[in-house]
Order: sequence, then C-alpha cells, then structure tokens
Amino acid sequence: MPASPALEISGLVKRYSGRAVVDGLDLVAHHGQVTAVLGPNGAGKTTTIECCEGLREPDGGTVRVLGLDPVTQARDLRPRVGVMLQDGGLPTGVRAHEMLAHVARMYADPRDLGELTERLGLGSFARTTVRRLSGGQRQRLALAAAVVGRPEVVFLDEPSAGMDPQTRHAVWDLVRELRDEGVAVVLTTHLMDEAEDLADQVVVVDHGRVIAQGSVPALVSSAEDRTLRLETAPGLDLHEALGAGFVVSEPRDGSYTVTGAVDPHAVAAVTAWLATNGALATRLTVGRRTLEDVFLDLTGRNLR
Amino acid sequence: MSAPATTRRRVAAQTSFEARAILRNGEQLLVTIIVPVLVLVGLTKATGIDLDTGGASRIDFLTPGILALAVMTTSFTSQAIASSFDRRNGVLRLLSTTPLGRGGLLAGKVLGVLVVEVVQVTVIGLTALVLGWRPDPAGIPLALVAVLLGTAAFTSLALLVAGTLRAEAVLAVANLLLLVLAVAGGVVVPAEQLPGPMAHVALLLPSGALGEAMRETLLHGVLPAWSVVVLVAWAAALGWGASRLFRWH
Repeated sequence: MPASPALEISGLVKRYSGRAVVDGLDLVAHHGQVTAVLGPNGAGKTTTIECCEGLREPDGGTVRVLGLDPVTQARDLRPRVGVMLQDGGLPTGVRAHEMLAHVARMYADPRDLGELTERLGLGSFARTTVRRLSGGQRQRLALAAAVVGRPEVVFLDEPSAGMDPQTRHAVWDLVRELRDEGVAVVLTTHLMDEAEDLADQVVVVDHGRVIAQGSVPALVSSAEDRTLRLETAPGLDLHEALGAGFVVSEPRDGSYTVTGAVDPHAVAAVTAWLATNGALATRLTVGRRTLEDVFLDLTGRNLR
Repeated sequence: MSAPATTRRRVAAQTSFEARAILRNGEQLLVTIIVPVLVLVGLTKATGIDLDTGGASRIDFLTPGILALAVMTTSFTSQAIASSFDRRNGVLRLLSTTPLGRGGLLAGKVLGVLVVEVVQVTVIGLTALVLGWRPDPAGIPLALVAVLLGTAAFTSLALLVAGTLRAEAVLAVANLLLLVLAVAGGVVVPAEQLPGPMAHVALLLPSGALGEAMRETLLHGVLPAWSVVVLVAWAAALGWGASRLFRWH
C-alpha cells in the first residue's frame, strides 16, 4: 500500500462569481480509511469534492489525488478514481443494468457485474429504466457505477440520501469492504450516525474551511464534558440545582440537556432537586456527547 | 488494480450507447426517421402541391432536401435536446469522470450521430429508390462529404445550445429552429425559390448550404464550392463557440 496520502488538499480556494465558497481548505485522506466530510448546507463540501474529481478548477491552492493533479493529469487519474455525484448523473432513458454495463465498458478489468448487482440489490430493478427508479434505487445504481472500475480512491457525495435503513446498511458494508481492500473512501454526509459508524476520520467543514477534524472518539471527547439528558416537567430552572459550571438547555418543552462536569454528585443534585420540586424524571440518561452535539456546537444551531 | 479500457473500446461503447439512446426513444425516432419519410412520400405523391423542380422528377428533386432535413434532425435537434438533459441530470459530468473523459464523450456523441445518420440515409434512400429516385452516381460520394460537413456544423450548434441554455429552453429552441430552418432555410425548398431577401439569406445559412449541396450533388453530380465554404465556416465558428462557452454544470 502506498505510504503517501490518497488525497492531499492544501489551501484550496474556489470562488463562484467572486464569492469564496471554499476558502483555504486543507484535507488529507489515506488509503484504507473512510474520511467523512460533514458540514451544513452550503459549507463547500460538494465544491471541494468536485475539485478533487476534476470537475471544477481551483482558484487557489493545490489538490493532489494519488499524487496527481485532477485537472491537468485527469487522463491518468480517471481510471483510478470512482465518483458518485450528489445529483446522480444517471442517464434517464436506459435500463439500470445497461447503465452499469456501459460504465463497466470503460475499464479493462471491471468488477463482476453479477456480484455487484447482488451486493447492492440491484437485481429487482435491473430492467427498469432509470427514470422510473426511486431515489434510493438510483443511489445504489450510482454507487455501483462508482466502484465498478475497481478504483483506488472513491468520492461519494451524500451516498445514503434517500435510502431506507436496509439499503443504507448494505451500502455501509460495501464501503467498509472497500476500505479493508485499501481503497480511500471520501464521503460527504448529513447523517451523523453514518459518520459515527463508518468514518475513520471526520472532517467538519463550514464557510469553506475545516473547523475540526479527527477520529470520532477524539472529536467527541476532545471536550471532556459529559451530557445529562432529562425528560420531566417543562419550564424548570435546573440551574438552581446545579449552580455554575453547567450549561442547561431545553431544546423541546420538558426535554433538557445538561453539559459540564456531570459526575455522580451532579446527578444526585438534579434528582434531589426534582424531588423537592415535585417533578418526576420520566427519562434520565448520562453519556458522552454525540457527534451531533459536537457538530452543532461547532456550526451553530441556527438554520441557514 | 484499476485500468482503463482502450480508447477505441471506450469510444465505441459510447457511440453505441448514444446511437441506441436515439433509436429506441419513440419521439426521437418519430422526428429523425418517420417524419422525413412521411414528408418524402407525401410531397412526392401529392401532385396537387405545385413544385418547381427545375425539370427534374418530383422524387429526384425532393429526396436530397429530405436527406438534408434528416441530417439536421439528428445532428441538431435530437443531439441538442439529449445533451441538454444529460447536462442537467449530471450525466455529462459523471461520464467525464470515468476513463471516457470529455474528449471521448464528445467523440462518442459525434460518432453516435453518424451511426443514426447511416440508418436514416438507408431508410430514406431505400424509400426514395422504391418511389423511383435515380440519383447521379457521381454525386453520391460528394453528397456524403456534404453530409459530414453539415453534421459538423449542426452538431456544433447543438452542443453550443445544449451547453449554454436550460434544458427546457433547449427543447423549445431546438424544435423551433429546426422548423424555421426547414421551412425558410432553403433545406427542402431551394433558396432561390424563397421570397425576397430570404433567397440570399438562406444561402448563407448552414441549412441552405446543406440543402443546396445535397441537391447539386445528387441531381447534377457537382459539389458547389460556395456551400462547402459556408458549411466549413459555420462548423468552425460554432465549434469554436461551443468549446469556449459550453458549461458542464
């Protein structure tokens, strides 16, 4: 396995009509790893991926995929890179199996189509025209097209959008298998559980820059705080129970999140306070922060 | 280890993919083959419609223009519509990330058009022969040159339109432009028979030049130099424009 990184982006800048969508982004992805790029809509994820795929030319910085420039060395790179676009890119008038067979013809030694069809459950709609496939079926077909050429690097832009849970797990299994074969998988996603389950490395992007990166455990525990989640009567002032050093929020009526140094004393203080105030906790959990907590802390809770 | 298929195999695969996409699509089949054949048969048989054939038989006079029209339907209308929807749906981008690349995609499109044209010319030609068409044998290879030049010009126009406008707009523009060029562009009706200034304008249009070239080659066995100049100029200008202005996104 090559020791150099599969993907190396440094100082990437991409502007659309003068506005920087990607603004000095650095990212490294390795063979045999799944790298998940997270970020709110408009953070610059897709543009970054498209620069890696040679579909867009950077306005600044460098992108190297397998050591090659995706724009000027595209001819050497294309056979070694698999791409799944966010909007599919499937021709609508052909049958699913014809589409896959067509992409396979671009490679000297493509994967076995029968095996791939079975793996991703494409058989049930192989003879259906792409136009009539559901969103999840199209995603599976697009994924099959991305990996049919035995790529060394795969870029998947929101691979599990529109998939039901069964399909998603089939897709995740395939992604893990690719990783185990030494393929570098770079995917964007909005699904925190997808990133938590799959990713060896998570990169959080916002406003065109990387604002955090690392393994999921590292990201989640980098703030050593724990979280206490509580469901009880609405409108209580839990600060009274805990005092300073804790952050209390009530995202939904009666559903509280407490972050801070949540230790046995803090839990006892909360339950005692509830008893004094005649409130019953219908649910109480203590745990680490989830990736979603970290993500929302980093990128804010406001809708954009 | 990932390795590409040879360039020839990739382009051949794309060519057949493109040609099949056109030939199996009902609407496309209607526009590219059935309509031209119906127009040919209709105008040949409808002797009530007066045609100034310049002394030639009706079928000899009409067939070259219908062949020119057929070339335009495939290389322009059908190609513009297909490419614009492929562009909107991301098909062009996806295929350009495979070993096919942008160059191979373009080559496959042009060759796919030529394959469909072979089918069109065969069907229309055989129909015309049955109806009594007797082309000048010396003109047949020259007519093929005209077809190639016309294909170059109209495919470039198709890609220029498909690469710059929204798919819905292309749908309208491509059909409208075909109609206008067919009626007023000197394709089926010779430019010199068009009213007033249109007679001169039509000769400068790629449609008029192609129609003229097809009639002169198949009726008289000569390829008019002016038509060649006009078609080459359009192909160069439109090809340059398409390569500069085509947007993949």
